[in-house]
Amino acid sequence: MPDDLTRADAATLLAAMEAGETTAVAVAEAHLARIRATDGALGAFLRTLDDTALAHAADVDRRRAAGEAVGALAGVPVALKDILCTRGVATTCGSRMLEDYHPPYDATVVERLAAADAVVLGKTNMDEFAMGSSTENSAFGVTRNPFDLDRVPGGSSGGSAAAVGGRHAPLGIGTDTGGSIRQPAAFCGIVGVKPTYGLVSRFGLVAFGSSLDQVGPMARSVADAAALYEAIAGHDPRDATSIPEDPPPARPALDRGVEGLRIGVVSSFLDGEGVEPGVRARCAEAVERLAALGADVVEVALPHADKALPAYYLIAPSEASSNLSRFDGVRYGLRVDGPTTEEMMAATRAEGFGPEVKRRIMIGTYALSAGYFDAYYLQAQKVRTLVQEDFAAAYASCDALVSPATPSTAFGIGEKVDDPLAMYLNDVFAVPSNLAGTPAMSLPVGGDEAGLPVGLQVMAPHLGEPVMFQVAAALEASLGLDLAPDALDDAAEERA
Amino acid sequence: MSLSDEQVRHVARLARIALTDEEVAGLASQLSDILAYAEQVGEVAAGDVVPTSHPYPLAGVARADAPGPSLGQDEALANAPAVEDGRFRVPRIVGEEA
Repeated sequence: MPDDLTRADAATLLAAMEAGETTAVAVAEAHLARIRATDGALGAFLRTLDDTALAHAADVDRRRAAGEAVGALAGVPVALKDILCTRGVATTCGSRMLEDYHPPYDATVVERLAAADAVVLGKTNMDEFAMGSSTENSAFGVTRNPFDLDRVPGGSSGGSAAAVGGRHAPLGIGTDTGGSIRQPAAFCGIVGVKPTYGLVSRFGLVAFGSSLDQVGPMARSVADAAALYEAIAGHDPRDATSIPEDPPPARPALDRGVEGLRIGVVSSFLDGEGVEPGVRARCAEAVERLAALGADVVEVALPHADKALPAYYLIAPSEASSNLSRFDGVRYGLRVDGPTTEEMMAATRAEGFGPEVKRRIMIGTYALSAGYFDAYYLQAQKVRTLVQEDFAAAYASCDALVSPATPSTAFGIGEKVDDPLAMYLNDVFAVPSNLAGTPAMSLPVGGDEAGLPVGLQVMAPHLGEPVMFQVAAALEASLGLDLAPDALDDAAEERA
Repeated sequence: MSLSDEQVRHVARLARIALTDEEVAGLASQLSDILAYAEQVGEVAAGDVVPTSHPYPLAGVARADAPGPSLGQDEALANAPAVEDGRFRVPRIVGEEA
């Protein structure tokens, strides 16, 4: 048990609390103190919930001391992306549109976190309505990368990723519509998981692309991510897309090793143009390590994967244009008055939405409009079928697939804000799994020449979470990395 | 694909977003670039391919038709920008030009 409780992972904290070596209150206080000291530099949180967090932690301590039942994550702090509804607590989605929105209910994921007795420390920054890959699209300021404060943390779940990477919380919740958990996890040197579509309830998740959105865990170890996945996954009758069967458990698979597994390397991703040398080198080494550990490593092709990102940029904006029509100045959120209802709506949406959200709504509205539907949206949905068939063919002979999580490591703040397409290309390796609804995760496999983290993506078929976590855990144990971002502590010392 | 300013204004009207002239010009260029990229989907011969709208098909999804608590009127209206007599208040609709 480290002296500094923020250096411990969730499993270590749980064991120490169970053994009476520390308390949930002490754990929460240590993390809140670090947030007070360094979140001014990092910008991970939009708001902390000190009072409710400490009250929940005290309740956990009381029940634990009395021998009463506590949840599976009792007393472990978690950073919650500000896209999940929290009853009575502002839920902004990083948007002026929802600056004063106080949901009248909790998201199912929030209820499940409470049932697990995880202590929610606060709500984290994000690209507005989860649209972006850098967290620069938030209406409430940028979040910085804990490895280099001049670089982005990735996005859209950049606040949660920076919080976990920067030791402001051992666990984080993100959402992934087209890489928004895995890309920031890769940039911040942590583990990020997009589960199978339908395993985690979307009830109370502010919708972006409903056929793509999935909530998932972020953590500093594969085992912690597995524990958080198990806590939040499960059937929810309030979500019509929720899978009725019990989710496959992840933790029993963690110690199985990779011997006898066949792992496919998506060679077009690893060797693709635009992949930075440092990313390619670390990922290639990770692949070699898997082979050395006894996996049967083969090359696989996903022939339509190069059309996945173009299809995504029709499907996701189309769904967004429909989902975001609810922000009309009538039932909740911002209103800018006008003489007629239509003018009120247009003025409200002009002021409430930022540039990227407007772009996506416009693309989607255009793609769905008369005369263009067949060429754009319908054709994209056909490409989606082909991408799914590519995966099915690959998984017929492979247990899991691996590729780089992202083409590059974290880029500089401001570097890509004026070039939407360059920004979109961050997620080129991530979106195929969103289109297919299959699980995928990123785990750190080392640093590039500048010391910035590199993420390897592990992908599996529908409900293949056990083998996905199995591969990631084996690789993590073998690599034994200690990626310690010190930029944040250096900056805090300079300021002090 | 290249979008004219006029097309951008039409789409903005459909999307209920008021745009400045400057925004229109910027969006015409950006949306043209993005759509030119997205048009790559048309390079795939997919005539007979069945479109996929949902990545994990479920059939016959309906929860039990059991009464349960739901939001009260006050809670449902609490976030509304304008309320009158227990209802959402909006500007004039009738007589609005189509």
